Amino acid sequence: MELSEVMATAFEALTLNKMRTVLATLGIVIGIGAVIALVSLGQASQLAVQSQIQSLGSNLLTVIPGAQTSGGVRGAEGGAASLTLDDAKAIMTSPQVTTVANVSPELSRRAQVVAGGNNTNTQVLGSTPAYTMVRELSIASGRFITQQDVDGMDKVAVLGPQVVSDLFGDGANPIGQSVRIKGMSFRVVGVTESKGGSGFMNRDDIVFVPLSTAQKLLFGVNYLSSISIAAKSEQAMDQARNEVGYLLLARHKLSDPTQADFTIFSQEDILGAASQVTGTFTTLLSGIAMISLLVGGIGIMNIMLVTVIERTREIGLRKSLGARKRDIITQFLAESIILTVVGGVLGMVLGIMLSYVVSILIGLPFTLSLTSVFLAIGVSGGIGIIFGLYPAQKAAKLSPIEALRFE
Amino acid sequence: MIKADNLSKIYSNGSVETVALSNISFEVEEGEFVAIMGPSGSGKSTLMHIIGALDTPTSGAYVLDGKEVGKLSDDELAGIRNKKIGFVFQAYNLLPRTTALKNVMLPMVYAGIPKEERVERAKKLLEMVGLGNRITHTSNQLSGGQQQRVAIARSLAMSPAIILADEPTGNLATVQGEEIMAIFQELGEQRHTVVVITHEPNIAEHAQRIIYLQDGAIIEDSTNHGRRRAKRGGE
Ligand SMILES: Nc1ncnc2c1ncn2[C@@H]1O[C@H](COP(=O)(O)OP(=O)(O)O)[C@@H](O)[C@H]1O
Ligand SMILES: [Mg+2]
Repeated sequence: MELSEVMATAFEALTLNKMRTVLATLGIVIGIGAVIALVSLGQASQLAVQSQIQSLGSNLLTVIPGAQTSGGVRGAEGGAASLTLDDAKAIMTSPQVTTVANVSPELSRRAQVVAGGNNTNTQVLGSTPAYTMVRELSIASGRFITQQDVDGMDKVAVLGPQVVSDLFGDGANPIGQSVRIKGMSFRVVGVTESKGGSGFMNRDDIVFVPLSTAQKLLFGVNYLSSISIAAKSEQAMDQARNEVGYLLLARHKLSDPTQADFTIFSQEDILGAASQVTGTFTTLLSGIAMISLLVGGIGIMNIMLVTVIERTREIGLRKSLGARKRDIITQFLAESIILTVVGGVLGMVLGIMLSYVVSILIGLPFTLSLTSVFLAIGVSGGIGIIFGLYPAQKAAKLSPIEALRFE
Repeated sequence: MIKADNLSKIYSNGSVETVALSNISFEVEEGEFVAIMGPSGSGKSTLMHIIGALDTPTSGAYVLDGKEVGKLSDDELAGIRNKKIGFVFQAYNLLPRTTALKNVMLPMVYAGIPKEERVERAKKLLEMVGLGNRITHTSNQLSGGQQQRVAIARSLAMSPAIILADEPTGNLATVQGEEIMAIFQELGEQRHTVVVITHEPNIAEHAQRIIYLQDGAIIEDSTNHGRRRAKRGGE
């Protein structure tokens, strides 16, 4: 039997009961649509997280106090006070450390910042001039913290754009004005450029002050909350991590690396963790979408079984006229494959439109992977075969006389 | 051509056994026109299904054209039904909502005959049964007699050696039945072997030979001396 004849016969059979055909296809349309939409949204959110984390600098290492958690067991607790300015200076000056370009010691706290009648709760970060280099931060107007500010323990502040709009209103120029932090008056000397990000990643909601001012005047501590380190190159990251690690172990008089009272991580580590989270989420959602696809497939099987029973006499007649088993199987498989592939293509269009609309609504990049498109068509064809095979075989196995007798 | 040797067919549904045919033996030569007669339930349809390779006997041998049918594979049986045998059923059994032309072409589709040839042959056959002007009518747009003539055209699609008809006139008025029998007589004259099953004596009288069945056994097998000639005419 020629393919054209098989297809023509299948289309004729499918158009006989249009409503049923449409309903049977709908399950596949929804299933494939959901898979495509969720997979491409998952990929988009993964891309978004990646580009955001990478914008923080790919050469960046961060040292924080406290031991690395591994396997849920926490090592020696170094406490929040294990990192000092001397540690940071040693990393910069030690001859043992050859791959570090710049070191930024930081003390970060949340505090209430007031200007006139407005106030905001934001991150106050004590820093040195090295911060702009290490974190690739640009200044929109005015200047950043200078070495003189640090040495003189000056009460100057550099504001993030979010803080400017919170305290002075959008587009205002705050330079020369003053803000109050913990009752002390600070002169605003600069505004940083927007770095984007939202929620916990919002790097525009921040106030920079000299590190010495933050330590001694504002918070009364002599330790650091983190040390940011720029390695000389991306290739030198692992070596830099080791050099810094061993230097700090030696300085803290620890011989066993498992006893470390600090943790060093790179942007890649965060990226890995974040990708794992979004990846798990994507897998979970795709799993749910797969289930709806499975339900769609069962719907096809159900319809095909009903069709076979309804057409028992026709099958018997075809067999009496010389149809072989494989002719009957081909005929019914063609019907179920047409159903699922048409459903798959419609579902693909639906899924692409859906992910396009959603990505615009929530501000994600719109990605369309060709693999998922081909996968969708392949999968829907496969579903047609898998769920169509049983009914088709059932039809082919009918004995011609039983089928002809069937009322 | 057809050789039945001690055929028996027993249906068993659980504990109940029905003997539909018992120890049937006969032969039909090429070009013979045979009627199989008998009351309802005497096993006529069962016999026809065996002759037509739709079913196999419980015991005994059925030899068609020198081949024992019971020993053939599914695909070989399908090939026999396609090329050697043309069926005509009491209930016509045309595909619903399908044109006369497509119905006649169906056996040729399974034989893998190219489309142009299918159309050409199907048109000729429909003209032969007097339906040249009805080829695009669908089954439900045709009368019973016309549908049965489409079925006969379909049975001739692969120009099979044997035409098997099970009560072909059972659903038709006498005039239309006469018309159908006239076509079968013509086929017999063209060296087709024709086996017609009927319980109506006036239909059986068109055959050269009549086999009588009762309770699954042959009770008489004789030449029909008073053979009737059916006349073809307009409906
Ligand atoms: N599939 C079957 N199962 C059980 N008994 C059957 C079956 N087919 C036919 N029979 C029985 O076999 C006998 C012969 O049936 P059939 O060949 O149809 O007779 P006829 O065509 O002469 O009326 C009947 O008694 C019938 O009930
Ligand atoms: Mg019968």
